[in-house]
Amino acid sequence: MRCGFCLPACPTFRETGIEAESPRGRIALMKAVTDGLMLPDQSFEEQMSHCLGCRACEPACPADVKYGQLIEQTREAIEEHTDSHRWWVKPLRQVVFKQLFPHQKRVRLLGGAMQLYQQSGLRKLARSSGVMKLLPAHLGEMEKVLPDASSKGIVQKIGSHHPAKGMKIATVGMFRGCLMDMLFTETNIKTVELLTEAGFEVIIPDTQACCGALHAHSGETEDARLLARRNIAAFQAAGVDYIVSNAGGCGAILTEYDHLLHEDEQWREGAVWLAKRVVDISDLLIRSGKLAAAQAKEQPIRITYQDSCHLRNVMRSADAPRKLLREVSGAEYVEMFEADRCCGSAGTYNIVQPELAAGLLEHKMEHANATKAHYLLTSNPGCLLQMKLGVAKHGDGQMQVQHIVDFLHERLVHNSPETGQEQP
Amino acid sequence: MLQQTIRQQLLAIVGSDFYKDDPQSLVTHSYDGTPMLQALPDGVIYPANTEQVSAIMKVLNTHRIPVIGRGSGTNLCGGTVPVEGGIVMVMHRMNRILEVDLENLVAVVQPGMITKAFIAHVESLGLFYPPDPSSMAISTIGGNIAECSGGLRGLKYGTTKDYVLGLEAVLASGEIIRTGGKLMKDVAGYDLTKLLVGSEGTLAIITEATLKLVPPPKFKKTMLAMYKDLYGAARTVSKIIENRIIPSTLEFLDNATVRVVDDFAKLGLPLDMEAILLIEQDGEPEMVERDIARIEEICRSEQAHSVSVAESAEEALKLLTARRSAFTALARLRPTTILEDATVPRSKIAEMVLEINRIAQKHQVTICTFGHAGDGNLHPTATTDARDQEEIHRVEAAFEEIFEAAIRLGGTITGEHGVGLVKSPYLEWKVGPAGIEVMKAVKQAFDPHQLLNPGKIFAKQSRKRVVLQHG
Repeated sequence: MRCGFCLPACPTFRETGIEAESPRGRIALMKAVTDGLMLPDQSFEEQMSHCLGCRACEPACPADVKYGQLIEQTREAIEEHTDSHRWWVKPLRQVVFKQLFPHQKRVRLLGGAMQLYQQSGLRKLARSSGVMKLLPAHLGEMEKVLPDASSKGIVQKIGSHHPAKGMKIATVGMFRGCLMDMLFTETNIKTVELLTEAGFEVIIPDTQACCGALHAHSGETEDARLLARRNIAAFQAAGVDYIVSNAGGCGAILTEYDHLLHEDEQWREGAVWLAKRVVDISDLLIRSGKLAAAQAKEQPIRITYQDSCHLRNVMRSADAPRKLLREVSGAEYVEMFEADRCCGSAGTYNIVQPELAAGLLEHKMEHANATKAHYLLTSNPGCLLQMKLGVAKHGDGQMQVQHIVDFLHERLVHNSPETGQEQP
Repeated sequence: MLQQTIRQQLLAIVGSDFYKDDPQSLVTHSYDGTPMLQALPDGVIYPANTEQVSAIMKVLNTHRIPVIGRGSGTNLCGGTVPVEGGIVMVMHRMNRILEVDLENLVAVVQPGMITKAFIAHVESLGLFYPPDPSSMAISTIGGNIAECSGGLRGLKYGTTKDYVLGLEAVLASGEIIRTGGKLMKDVAGYDLTKLLVGSEGTLAIITEATLKLVPPPKFKKTMLAMYKDLYGAARTVSKIIENRIIPSTLEFLDNATVRVVDDFAKLGLPLDMEAILLIEQDGEPEMVERDIARIEEICRSEQAHSVSVAESAEEALKLLTARRSAFTALARLRPTTILEDATVPRSKIAEMVLEINRIAQKHQVTICTFGHAGDGNLHPTATTDARDQEEIHRVEAAFEEIFEAAIRLGGTITGEHGVGLVKSPYLEWKVGPAGIEVMKAVKQAFDPHQLLNPGKIFAKQSRKRVVLQHG
């Protein structure tokens, strides 16, 4: 099928207008390589890495072409064969993909190291000494918007088991994530509080691993499978009804474990078990219906929302966060033009494809600024950081960027006179 | 690849970013929306203005290099596949609205303008451009003109040809011509505007178009009529027209199409219906109400199982958008989807639907049918698998008989997709040998060296008619 319905949905096609930068074009290139019509040369590799992996083409495709699977398979094949990375890329990938993310303890160690850097005055020194200027500009800009890291994850801070307030609806396992747990531990804690408030018992199995999304999207599929197996074991042992995620990127790959492990006889069933139970925090909160409408603290305020591509296009959840936000009384929800379009963060995309990412971000911020919102809310740590970067670079200084959980928590849990009271 | 000297000349015209002959560019311009067709060009060029197009054509003409004009490559007749190599000329950079003339109700646009964006802009000014091909979210105005695209509103409002008032185009020689203009009446000589519309890139490269705009309808209503009996639905179509009601949209979808469309668009349509009609009427409120009531009566008299009116504009839009996805959605069923475009007089719709089903059964192939039934334009669509050669032969045989049947019923081999490569063997069935000769002579006058989109419209060999009948 080559109808081209995917073209207008694709951010890189929109930026460039070039057929090769579209899903239809990329699939044609993949097929041409398979057919022997062209070689998988460096320009082919580059084109495959230009794709954001935002998956916006999938809901736009009436033919139901599984583009996400095609690009992941292609990237896996490229990783197996390529020798075109610059010399430092392979060892760096080794460290990040094999030595860091699979090990939660090491992620926390890194969090600790960052904390040390941020709090000890080293950061001040680094910034004032001009050392940061040695880094490519986009990395230096990113460093500035990073929140304070933590060496302690959510389990270390508040423990694994949290009973529901009032009548229990169900038991949910919380997927804590790596970035979320290291950079946004507070958001993770607030996620638990929102859930218990809404009537869910929350278990955070400490044996859970990284979701494997970065691995799968970068062609390190076997590593992604290893992580998937560990997560299945962890959540099955916890005996949960749902597995809740507050990061669209993580949630999406969890819902695709069934595909990731479809050839693994031993784990296939477990993968289906897990994939079926995964749900985003906004969806679960809406479904429970037990939270009171949030009250805006400060009035009048205006809020808007940037979709997480994976939450929207893979988990197919675009309505729930909007519904929650529209219910916030005393706040005006303004839909941002093209909120459904990728912000350019896309996992590690803003680091490895800085130019295209910067173009996407610039357009995104034009639309964000046009809403004149006081709060720009997101559902994924990557988008959250990218939006912070966007506001820092292109903002008018008025807009705050927050995870939707933090925003709702502040207005629901802290603001309600009797915290924990069940709503009629 | 072209000779270095020719490459250099082209690069000098457009700059190094806009002439490409790397493998990636060649592969991604080797296909269009048509299944099973692919051929690599020698290069891809992206002109920025008419002067560049003219200069490029002069170079290509001197060296006798073919050129294939291309918009977004959504066409379904193989019209933009570079089957004889040459240069694919992509018009995307020429994508501006040059003028909306509110006094004359016309717009002047460049060919790379995306149809839907153009329609949206015009509507924001309180005007209306009716041609709405299903691919309009990505198709270009230039492509629409080259193929004379139709759409869901063709029944009442006509197709692209009815809205093109004037053109600027570059001939194979590089010379620039202008036809028509902002005027409603013009009989100065042959109508070259109409000739270029639907000429499928074989006569000239269109570089600018003057389009007619009309006042938008004040009110519209959309309804769905569902049938357990396919024939009843098809008869309803003929009967509505016979009753002198011209709806703005009158679409037919058979059971298989309803299922896949519903799967994609999640409309909650009943899946046990043999056929659904999607009907829209627009105009003055009283007239719309009266027509819709009368249409409902006709539907019921033809044993419609249920008739319902869309409750909101959003619901109506959702239905129409879903219908536009039908062709692509059918790809959910089998690996290869071959969509055709047979058209018959509107009174023959029911007969044609029965013929398609009979022929599909005879050749044991799966053919789903949907289409703009109101203007007699049906899209019998085979769901098949290109890897199964034997099945593909049966599909081809079935389509041959379907075209045959269309002509026998007073119809044609294509109503809106164009001839391109796919229909070229059948063109003679429709226009006759003398008709082909006249067309070839016209082609010769515009393009003496056969450089513009070679291999299209005119087949090397025409197909023999399966059954000899008087069309």
